[in-house]
Amino acid sequence: MSDATVDPRFRRKPPKRPLRLSWADERVRGIVWQVVVVAIIGGIIYWLWSNTVHNLEVRRIATGFGFLWREAGLPIAEHVIPYEPTDTYFRALTVGVLNTLKVAVVGIVLATILGTVVGIARLSKNFLVSKIAGFYVEVIRDLPLLLQLLFWYTVMQGLPGPRQAFHPAEGLYFSNRGFRFPALEWEGAHTAALAACVVGTVLTWLYARVARAKQMADGQPRKIWPAAIALILGLPIFVWLALGAPWTIDWPALRGFNFRGGMAVSPEYAALLIGLVTYTAGFIAEVVRAGILSVNQGQWEAAQALGLRHGSVLRLIVLPQALRVIIPPMTSNYLNLTKNSSLAVAIGYQDIVSIANTTLNQTGQAIEGIAIIMLVYLTISLSISLFMNWYNAKIALVER
Amino acid sequence: MSDITANTPIHGSSAPRDAPMATTGPIAWLRANLFSGWLSTAVTLLLGYLIVRAVVGIVDWAFINAIWSVPLSPTGVAQTQVCRDLQGAGACWAVVTEKHRFMLFGTYPYEQHWRPAIVCLLFIGLYIVSAMRRFWNWTLVPIWIVTLTAIGILMWGGVLGLPYVPQERWGGLPITLILATFGLAFAFPLSILVALGRRSSLPAIKVLCVVYVELIRGVPLISLLFMASVMFPLFLPEGMNIDKLLRAQIAIILFAGAYLAEVVRGGLQALPKGQYEAADAMGLSYWQKTGLIILPQALRLVIPPLVNTFIGFFKDTSLVLIIGIFDLLTAGKTAIVEPAWQGFGVEVYVFVGLIYLCFCFAMSKYSQGLEAELNRHRRR
Repeated sequence: MSDATVDPRFRRKPPKRPLRLSWADERVRGIVWQVVVVAIIGGIIYWLWSNTVHNLEVRRIATGFGFLWREAGLPIAEHVIPYEPTDTYFRALTVGVLNTLKVAVVGIVLATILGTVVGIARLSKNFLVSKIAGFYVEVIRDLPLLLQLLFWYTVMQGLPGPRQAFHPAEGLYFSNRGFRFPALEWEGAHTAALAACVVGTVLTWLYARVARAKQMADGQPRKIWPAAIALILGLPIFVWLALGAPWTIDWPALRGFNFRGGMAVSPEYAALLIGLVTYTAGFIAEVVRAGILSVNQGQWEAAQALGLRHGSVLRLIVLPQALRVIIPPMTSNYLNLTKNSSLAVAIGYQDIVSIANTTLNQTGQAIEGIAIIMLVYLTISLSISLFMNWYNAKIALVER
Repeated sequence: MSDITANTPIHGSSAPRDAPMATTGPIAWLRANLFSGWLSTAVTLLLGYLIVRAVVGIVDWAFINAIWSVPLSPTGVAQTQVCRDLQGAGACWAVVTEKHRFMLFGTYPYEQHWRPAIVCLLFIGLYIVSAMRRFWNWTLVPIWIVTLTAIGILMWGGVLGLPYVPQERWGGLPITLILATFGLAFAFPLSILVALGRRSSLPAIKVLCVVYVELIRGVPLISLLFMASVMFPLFLPEGMNIDKLLRAQIAIILFAGAYLAEVVRGGLQALPKGQYEAADAMGLSYWQKTGLIILPQALRLVIPPLVNTFIGFFKDTSLVLIIGIFDLLTAGKTAIVEPAWQGFGVEVYVFVGLIYLCFCFAMSKYSQGLEAELNRHRRR
């Protein structure tokens, strides 16, 4: 509706009525109600706050965040950055945050992969495949995550000891001390190759943009994959070869009562990751299924009628439309996974909740400890939301 | 066309053709759903093999090699050596046989276990009555009040000749059901108020509701439970103390309220604007409009997601394990602390999991049925 069709009398704003000091005036009622509600909530908060201040004084509990710079003295088994019990609480809490991120990021990636596979499997024409996927989704979503985590942890503890470790292939050990994998000994050449890979990805992206622009100009599609392979795979390999191609594998081996060398995954981390991934994948599977079903069958048919191949139909027509339905609920599933990683405290994985909990028990400063937990999760939640909202806006339907 | 080909044999080939492939019947079903191509056939065969292997393994473990009871030593300690000798080849259901009363009812006095048992049945009856659409009106309110009072009397006792049982001795399934039921009974009205507040035109109320919802949804439930268990005592004046279960209950109500509020808000937003305008045009006040026109329609729209959220909270009550409240999962975990039963966690968690599964599966099926029924008018 354009402006021309609107009656000019309605274009003016209605004249502002003077405020009458009467209960019959809607605006007066609104102001009174707001003042009442704010006063009640403010009163409750003030009451709780004054009680707290009084209690803290009576119980001689210190306040403030000064304790962050004191020696923590709490041992942490798993740390991404170097850490000793003699380090400060601040460093201990940082280790906790990194441990949370370690499980959350890996969990989100794996849960997305597993969830997508299960979601597509539920739509499979094969009766067995779709029924198994349906059974998995139904059962996994109806059991509390905490129960599943305890179950997996019990299973981990039930594995044989290091000496009788389950040993399916050379360098692979599964025992109640965790998993061991062979690892690459990291050297400067590997870092250089990784950097080359990043540079290659950026160059590929630039090349794809140029190719797309040229296609828009003359209508000729250009192949991107040869350049992508050369830049993303070829360039790092060339750099690695140029630097002498170092290649030393660190094999795990049994020394005494435990393993040495290789990459280690603790039973706590493994149980937490398996539990979080299988649980969240059940929810993601439903999201993916709903997203794919939301694309009208006519879209497939129309795309095939245009002569697009199956892969192109999926990539250019179906996925962009399905993603619009998938992204918002996917975001909340990612947030849930991150928040659920706090259940680590029940099985002894030292994430931020576990370390902050130990900190508040040692220092007695409950308010600061819980404030730190909440702050960390609010920051993580907000970051994921912002990123996913940006992505969602990017793929949203562009309408007139 | 068919007449011509039938009457004029070309090239003299009049050999009878094979009958067309069946498109109905069990063989056609098998061909369409299990063996539609070489890939599908391979997947079917592989999965079929794995399923048979898994089923045989589970039946062996859970039934054939399982041990259902173990003798007690004269001192009353269970002799679990026979279970340990199995070395995982069979389940040791003896732990469930021995400990099921403890897992279900916790440390409640043994000879009074019939009381929490009746409480559980009352809760289940309450859920069934609430699920029936016939009762979706004001009669539900007295039903809930009467049942919850009866539950309180049964659990505490002290009247009608029932011995008094302090709240510290409650445990197991009744605690889970109490946390879930009372949590939802209080969180649901709270969530409606918050959802209305979030859509209110009054800025102060809107801001309060937005801050509440976003703050609670941004942090994990555990942090709220920790807050309830270690921070809450600091909030209260000296000498005043609320017991731990009630504090956890408050945390669960606040948590559930924020999530339910978002679901209810979805219903409020989905309602066409004309309904609001029509109610205004009738001259209804805000509360008349909300209570008589908006909420009945908006809530009906969101019943399926509401039930899904309820399932989530039923599962989330298990988190009270972390602050040491004796619910079903905590009771299960405690049952295997005893040295005799250490290492039989899998059996216990399977038992506890089956109980959760029964409740959640029933709710989930109910929600699906309801969704289909409420959407019947949309189907052509």
